[in-house]
Amino acid sequence: MRIKLHVWRQSSRSDKGQMETYELDNVIEDMSFLEMMDTLNEKLTVEGKEPVAFDHDCREGVCGMCSMVINGEAHGPKSETTTCQLYMRHFDDGAEIFIEPWRASAFPVVRDLVVDRSAFDRIIQAGGFVSNHSGPKPDPNSIPIEPNIAETALDAATCIGCGACVAACPNGSAMLFTSAKASHLGLLPQGQPERFDRAKSMVSQMESEGFGSCRNYAECEAQCPKGISIAFIGRLNSDFLKASLVEPIDRRGDMKAQ
Amino acid sequence: MLTLDSKIPDAPIEDAWTFHKNNNLRLVGPKNRPKYKIIVVGSGLAGASAAASMGAMGYNVECFCFQDSPRRAHSIAAQGGINASKNYRNDGDSTWRLFYDTQKGGDYRAREQNVYRLAELSTSIIDQAVSQGVPFAREYGGKLANRSFGGVLVERTFYCRGETGQQLLLGAYSALEEQIAAKKVKMHTRHEMLDLVVVDGRSRGIVVRNLETGEITSHAADAVVLATGGYGNVFYLSTNAKGCNVTANFRAYRKGAGFANPCFTQIHPTSIPASGDYQSKLTLMSESLRNDGRIWVPRDPDEKRAPRDIPEDDRYYYLEERYPRFGNLVPRDVAARNAKDVCDQGLGVGPTGYGVYLDFAAAIEEKGIDAVKSKYANLFEMYQRITDDDPVETPMRIYPAVHYTMGGLWVDYNLMTNIPGLYAVGESNFADHGANRLGASSLMQCLADGYFIIPVTIGDFLSRHESGEITTDHPAFQETETAVKERINKLLAVKGTRSAQSFHRELGKIMWEHCGISRNKESLEEGLRKIPALREEFWRDLKLPGNPDELNQSLEHAGRVLDFLDFGELMCRDALLRDESCGCHFREEHQTPEGEAERNDEEYAFVSVFEYKGEGIEPELNKEPLSFDALPLAARNYKT
Repeated sequence: MRIKLHVWRQSSRSDKGQMETYELDNVIEDMSFLEMMDTLNEKLTVEGKEPVAFDHDCREGVCGMCSMVINGEAHGPKSETTTCQLYMRHFDDGAEIFIEPWRASAFPVVRDLVVDRSAFDRIIQAGGFVSNHSGPKPDPNSIPIEPNIAETALDAATCIGCGACVAACPNGSAMLFTSAKASHLGLLPQGQPERFDRAKSMVSQMESEGFGSCRNYAECEAQCPKGISIAFIGRLNSDFLKASLVEPIDRRGDMKAQ
Repeated sequence: MLTLDSKIPDAPIEDAWTFHKNNNLRLVGPKNRPKYKIIVVGSGLAGASAAASMGAMGYNVECFCFQDSPRRAHSIAAQGGINASKNYRNDGDSTWRLFYDTQKGGDYRAREQNVYRLAELSTSIIDQAVSQGVPFAREYGGKLANRSFGGVLVERTFYCRGETGQQLLLGAYSALEEQIAAKKVKMHTRHEMLDLVVVDGRSRGIVVRNLETGEITSHAADAVVLATGGYGNVFYLSTNAKGCNVTANFRAYRKGAGFANPCFTQIHPTSIPASGDYQSKLTLMSESLRNDGRIWVPRDPDEKRAPRDIPEDDRYYYLEERYPRFGNLVPRDVAARNAKDVCDQGLGVGPTGYGVYLDFAAAIEEKGIDAVKSKYANLFEMYQRITDDDPVETPMRIYPAVHYTMGGLWVDYNLMTNIPGLYAVGESNFADHGANRLGASSLMQCLADGYFIIPVTIGDFLSRHESGEITTDHPAFQETETAVKERINKLLAVKGTRSAQSFHRELGKIMWEHCGISRNKESLEEGLRKIPALREEFWRDLKLPGNPDELNQSLEHAGRVLDFLDFGELMCRDALLRDESCGCHFREEHQTPEGEAERNDEEYAFVSVFEYKGEGIEPELNKEPLSFDALPLAARNYKT
C-alpha cells in the first residue's frame, strides 16, 4: 500500500507546531497503525530526521497510552478500537491520513502526538478511590453483590483512561471519564460511604482542570474505545445534584486530627 | 563471592511467616515513619500496592514510573485471573494445596518457604481487592465466582471477565492516588531510573532521567524498592508492553545485586503469530482454546491450498500423532516445542512460515456453532480484529510467544537483595515461581509482595538505621549522574547508520534462536559469540536522532537495548551452565523418551545467582542451595 500522512509536529510545549507531510510506499495491510508509525520513524531515523514522538505501550488495547486523532476521530475510524488495535487494512491504498494529538486545553501537547494527561490522575486523586489501608478485611462473601450490579460496575471500570472522550467532545469535557470512575465505585457497597462526596469533589476537580461541561453531544460514547455508556454521566449528575442539595458537613478534619 | 543469607525463619513452614513477623522483624513506630524516605521504582501491581501500603503507614514514599500515569503499567494486560485458596468451591483446596501446586508447577526450583507464604497470603489479597471496589465476577447469589486454570485440580481462580489484571491494577492505582492526594506519596511520572547509587555497600538512592525534559536528577532514600517487572522484551517480540525493559534491574546488578536464574523464561504456546518483519509485539490468545481446537499443519511443505481445501489425509495433526494420550492438551512447554519443531521442518503456515493451525471445525460440527462461539466469543473477536480472519470460517494460526520471566534479582525472605536497603518485588525478583509459573499466579505474587510483605519487612531494615544519613550532596550521587550522562553522550556520539530498533530486532532473533523454547550447548555457545559481535556493531553503527535534553524516544530505547544486549549474554550463560532441563528451561540433551524435561536434582537443585565482576569480565556464579523439607522432590508429572 501507498499512503500519504499528514502528521502534527511540535518540538515542545511552547512550540507552535504544524502539520507535515510524509509518504510511505511499503505499508502492508496486516500492519497495525502503530507498526506503520514505526515504519515511518525507522525511515525518518535512517534519513537523519527526527522521528515522530507518540505514546504507546501495551499495544493490545488496554493500557490507554496510545492517543491519536486519526482523520478527525479519536483512535480512528473503527468503533470500540484503540489506535494500537487499528490495522492498515481499514484504509485504502493511496489513502491520505491526518494524524493529530488529543486536542483539549486540559491536555497540553508535550511533543508531536504526546500530550499531558496528568489532569486525569488529579481527578482520581480528588476521590476516585475507596479510602482504605492494606491489611485484614472482612471476607468478601459476607457482603453479597447482585451480579448485575457487579457487572455494571465492571462496565464502568473498563475505562482505560486514554482521554479519547475528551478529544472527541466539542467542549473538551471529561464527564465520561469522571462518571465512569464515580459510577464504578458508587454502584458497589464498598463505595457507598464516600459516594456523594466523591461525586462532588471529582466534578469540581474536573472543572478546575479546565475541562468543559457536558452538553450531551454523546461524541464521547461514540469514540470511546471501550464503549463506555453515557448513562453513567446521568448517574453522576444525579449523585452530584443530591450531594449539592445537602448542606456540607466536614467532620473529616476532626476525625483525622490526633 | 556474594553473601546469600536467605533469612528463612527457623520454624515449621506453616507457621514460618507469623513466627518471622513476631520474633525476627523489628517495627518502626508511627511517629518515626515519616522520617524514613522510601523510593519505589515502577507502578504496576507490585509497585503501586507497595507504595500505597507504605504511604498509608506513614512512610515518606516517592514513586517513579516511565509512563505518563501509574495506571499504564503492564500488569494491566493480564487477562485470566488470580489464584487464592479460599476453598469457596468446597473442592478440597487449602493453603497447602496452593503451595504444592505452585512448587510443583515451578518444577522445584523455588524456595519453598517463600512459596508457602505466597499461598498463605493469597486469600487476603482477594479480601483487600474487594474492599477497594474491584468488581470480581459474582454468582447469582452475589457470592464470588471462580474458574479453573491449567495445571491444578481445584477451582480457585478469581476473575473480572478477561480483564482481571486491569481491575486489580486500577484498585492498586486508586489506592496509590489516595496516598498521593494525602501527600504521603510523591509521584514522578515520565521518569526512568538509569542507575542505582550505592555507598559503602548500601543502596542510597537512584539517578533518573526526566523523559520529557531530559534532565538527570538524583534522589536519595533510606531504602529503594524495585518493582520494575520482567525482561521478556530481550526477545524483541513478546507479549510484554513495548516499554518493558531490564534496565533498572540490570543497573542494580552492575552495582552488586545478584541476578538469579536469568534463563528462566516462560513461553506461552498460543499467541497470534507474527505476520511480518515489521511486527512489534505479540498478542496472547487464551490457552483455553486448546480444549476445543485441533492443532495441525499441512504434511506437504509446499502446500498452496487454503486450509479448508486440504483433505484430512494431507493434514498432520502432530500433537495427536505424537502424544496419543494427551493430544492437543499436552502441557504448555511440550505444545510450544512441538510447534517450533514442525515449523523448523518447513511445515509452518502463514506469511512467515512460523505458525500452526488451531482448527475449530470438528468442535463446531460436534457441538454446534453457537456453543463454540459462546464459549470463545471475545477471543474469536480479538483474533479477527488482529488478523481479519474469522476462526469459524478458517482455522486460527497460532505460535508460541515469550510471556513471563521467572528470573530476577535475588532476594531473601524479606524481599531484600544482597545490597542492604535494596528490595525487589513482583516479577522483578526471582522468588516464588521457580522454573515455571503457574497460570493466574503472577498477579497473586505482585500483590502479596506489595500489600502484605514489603510493608512489614522494610521496617525491620529501617529500624536498624538512622533516617536521612546520606543526602544527594554525597559525591557518589554526582559520580553516578556523571556516569549516566557520559553513557548518553556516548550513545549519541556513535553517529552510525542503524536505528536502535533494528539492533533490538536482531538481538531478539538471536535470543529466540539460541536461548528460546529449547536450548542446547552448541547453540547457546553460538549465541554467546553472536551477541558480543552485535554489541560491537551497536557501538560502531548506532544512529540516534535528536538531543539528550528533550523528549527523545529513540534515546530511551537505545539505552534499554544496550542493557538487553549485555543481559542477553547473561541469560545464555545461565542457560549453558544449567546443564539440566527443568520447567521452562529445556535443554535438548536432557529429556525423557517422551520428550519431557528431565531434572537433575543431584547437581542442580540450587538457585543460580550471578555476580557482576566488571565490564568484559565473566560474571561469577554463586549458588543458593534449595532444600525440600516440607515437600519432597517428585517428578513433574501431568499424565496420571
